[in-house]
Amino acid sequence: MSGSRLGVQPGELIDRDRVVRFEWNGTEHHGFAGDTIASALAAGGVEVFSRSFKYRRPRGILTADYHDPNLFVQVGDEPNVRAGHRLLISGMDVTAQGAWPSLGFDARGANRLVGRFLAPGFYYKTFISPARLRPAYQKILRRFGAGGKIDPATPPAHAAKRFAHPDVLVAGGGPAGMAAALAASHRGARVMLVEENHHLGGHLLYGGPESAAALAELRALIGADDAIEVLTNAVVTGRYDHNWVGVVVRHGGEERLVKARAKCLVVAAGKIERPYVFAGNDLPGVMLSSAVRRLINLYAVAPGTRAVVATANESGDAALADLERAGVEVAAVADLRKSGSLLVRAKGRGRLTAVELSGGRTIEADLLVTAVGWTTPTSLLNMAGDRPVYDATAARFLPGEFPDDVLAAGGVVGDGSIESVVDQGRVAGFEAGRRALETGAAWQRLTPRAAPAPEVDTEPTVIPRLPAMPHPELFTGPTDGFVDFSEDVKGRDLALAAAEGYDSIELAKRYTTVTMGSIQGKLAGVNAVAVHAAATGATIATTGTTTWRPPYAPITLGALAGVDEDPVRYSPMHDWHDAHGAVPIGAGQWIRPDHYGDPAREVRNTRANVGIIDVSPLGKIDLRGRDVPRLLEFVYTNRWDSLAIGGVRYGVMCAEDGVILDDGVTARLEESRFYMTTTSSGAGRVWNWLDEWLQTAFPTWDVKTTAVTDGYAAMNIAGPRSRELLQRVASGVDASPESFPYMNARIATVAGVAECIVLRIGFTGELSYEVHVPAGYGLHVWEELLAAGSDLGIAPFGLEAQRIMRLEKGHFIVGQDTDGLTKAHTAGLAGLIKIDKPDFSGKPELVWEGEQGPPRRLVAIQPVDGSVVPAEASQIIAGGLTRGRVTSSRTSPTLERSICLAIVDTEYAAAGAELTIRLPDGRDVAATVLEHHAHVDVDGGRVRG
Amino acid sequence: MLVIVCPHCGPRNSNEFTFLGERSTRPAVAATTPAAWRHYLYFKNNAAGEAGERWFHVSGCRRFLDVERDTLTNEIRSVRDVGEAAG
Repeated sequence: MSGSRLGVQPGELIDRDRVVRFEWNGTEHHGFAGDTIASALAAGGVEVFSRSFKYRRPRGILTADYHDPNLFVQVGDEPNVRAGHRLLISGMDVTAQGAWPSLGFDARGANRLVGRFLAPGFYYKTFISPARLRPAYQKILRRFGAGGKIDPATPPAHAAKRFAHPDVLVAGGGPAGMAAALAASHRGARVMLVEENHHLGGHLLYGGPESAAALAELRALIGADDAIEVLTNAVVTGRYDHNWVGVVVRHGGEERLVKARAKCLVVAAGKIERPYVFAGNDLPGVMLSSAVRRLINLYAVAPGTRAVVATANESGDAALADLERAGVEVAAVADLRKSGSLLVRAKGRGRLTAVELSGGRTIEADLLVTAVGWTTPTSLLNMAGDRPVYDATAARFLPGEFPDDVLAAGGVVGDGSIESVVDQGRVAGFEAGRRALETGAAWQRLTPRAAPAPEVDTEPTVIPRLPAMPHPELFTGPTDGFVDFSEDVKGRDLALAAAEGYDSIELAKRYTTVTMGSIQGKLAGVNAVAVHAAATGATIATTGTTTWRPPYAPITLGALAGVDEDPVRYSPMHDWHDAHGAVPIGAGQWIRPDHYGDPAREVRNTRANVGIIDVSPLGKIDLRGRDVPRLLEFVYTNRWDSLAIGGVRYGVMCAEDGVILDDGVTARLEESRFYMTTTSSGAGRVWNWLDEWLQTAFPTWDVKTTAVTDGYAAMNIAGPRSRELLQRVASGVDASPESFPYMNARIATVAGVAECIVLRIGFTGELSYEVHVPAGYGLHVWEELLAAGSDLGIAPFGLEAQRIMRLEKGHFIVGQDTDGLTKAHTAGLAGLIKIDKPDFSGKPELVWEGEQGPPRRLVAIQPVDGSVVPAEASQIIAGGLTRGRVTSSRTSPTLERSICLAIVDTEYAAAGAELTIRLPDGRDVAATVLEHHAHVDVDGGRVRG
Repeated sequence: MLVIVCPHCGPRNSNEFTFLGERSTRPAVAATTPAAWRHYLYFKNNAAGEAGERWFHVSGCRRFLDVERDTLTNEIRSVRDVGEAAG
């Protein structure tokens, strides 16, 4: 038992009045509110928290914060919880992860005995052949994974994303970040202040009385400032172009993504303490000075009973003072600033028992504290284009150049007293506020009709550069140890990689996986560069750093996914369908009735009497202006300039590559007013397509396009008795075949609703009228039509019956019977391609396709055995090769046999050709090509009647 | 996510826009050849640097825009309304 709870510490974060009980590997423990999982366990004497990734070595506290590589635990069904950061909650079920069979004894620990076989590339070199054994290898290697367990039954956590538009976003809530936030706010900026830990303050939290006083003052000012939004337990994960900044806000195990557009970003990320590379550096009991300071000052936990302190800086000195104040015996101090003073190795099996210093001096100890230097967390600056520069005097990389909308403050740029760091942060924040307001004013000036932009100060303030204090270059001791604790990479592994020719740090990183583990190289980065430089005979400066990429810290997939924001659309008659037994089907964004119980009966009733279908999802575009006919001539392949008022025409649109984009009918309602319908899924695409041509190629044309899909409810009455039904409900229109022929449109009053558009068209192949009514009257007209047709045998039909009837009629569906290669000739539309028009979209390709003949054709086919319905996408086979595929197939209730559309190579497309269809189960069935696309009513007598 | 300064709406996030790719010149249909036409359809400069692009402010003013963007830095030099420039 090395850990124990100390007496009250001045800056402690725990509430001793609130005891929190939890379990660790099935044993009851307790801590206090404010404890992290790790601090509570350390207070309870736990030393080993995990087993390492490759060698299964026991590991204990190293940094005691979010970035501790040794403190990944499982909490309930949540794996990879960072115990140095996650706050303790009553009833938590905490277990060690990756240990097998138990934390105390790990069978795979034998790996370290064969460690020399686990050199870089071991898995690639060993488990690669023979290929037939790879599944077996995979099974075994999976067992060696160090991650936790996921419960597939855990419901997915989706949190809605939030968008934020701060003037200034400050990454880091230490002294510099807090001062920057306050100064930016004083300048008039709205500020978002993001802090990774649960409390603002950074190192002021554990810095003694002077720090505490400074922190109290800064906190009071921030608390009183409404223009500063503080996000604690949150982290800036990435900086992207134009200061698009991702922030993850955590609540226990749940996360929410904030997407912020910051006008200015202040990076005040502080410094991260660097471990030292020496033999035994991963033994439980070896920790960084900052870990010791956190444990004692924040959580009142004694990190050991007998300590050796190896210090090269003020942080180590402060840890020493903390230990002495806490009553921990300090057996020896190695001042690494003095020449000849060395930390040689840590000794112990499973935990630290002794420390060897220079001169062969070995001291018994259960705690070894190292303070050998700092890493600058320049990630966010790197993402803004900065390439950090190595400063040998300060023994760390420092920021170089970055864009004007990014500033750096505090520890990332240099060192200094609390006062000088706060002062530098204040100036940086003041200037950040100015730049943000300047950008805001510029954006306002760039916004038409916005209020006049305010006058802003354009005089920049020079931000003092904090000096980086000299520090000895301490990366590796005289012995070898772990460079990367996450990935179990030692110095010798990097040396071997260099010897094998991986002479670039970026390549060595990928080969050895150094810095590629769960803490993303935050501790290992600079040591890896130093070891690699030594091995290749280069300098740290010329070796440079590896690239820091987003995210700075991990994000759960649920936070990234957010909630599904795709809209679901319903027609105005949806509730009626629901109440009348409709079986719904998703069709794009729309929920539509698939059928009302029996699609075949719906087909027969429609063909015999009259049916009614809700076609509200059809795309509808209102076109007005003198030049609409010119637009239609251009976007459709056929002729439009001769269309008379009251006329309707079917048209196909092709893209510039000749591939069919969409189809539909367009009616001329008045001289300069047209009404276009599109496929349901193509409504938006076609509207954009029209506008693109109008704006980019024909800007002087007089055409206005308005999308009115949701403005009209639409229903189709189809069947031999549909005319009689229309006559009963419509006024202002003569429905006789002479005055309202096929392919015509009329504006009529239907069921008392004025300004309805009635189109006589026939997708189903029946006499039919499509009635478009203002959406608010959709249900009314629908019900009136059903009532008026009750003695005519009217019944609703759904999407399935419509699909059957259109297939009987041989009408193709864009995207179902055509694909991204189907040009107009392929679909059999030669008669609709008017190449005598001077120009239209896709014309050259269609001219050439017509000249050469299409390589494939859309044809109607019928299996010889009419009881076989080949699945859609069944292959058509000839001579052992695929020659086409079935695009649509159904049983025709009218013909009582199977019918299909198919795309086949032209040489197999002639009428009467015999084809072989290979069914998904492997059987082959024979089929015959028909002369026309239509299976039913080939001459169109029904639809024209 | 870029900021694109729409001449009609002001600075907006790029997810309000549809990217239509590099601009290309449509050959005169009467005289074109398969090679010229397919160059128009499929060949892009894919410049590392200055690129002339077309964007569509689909979730804003629905105007088509000519955007001059440096693909290396994402600096946007200019944004103009295609129709207004041509008309």
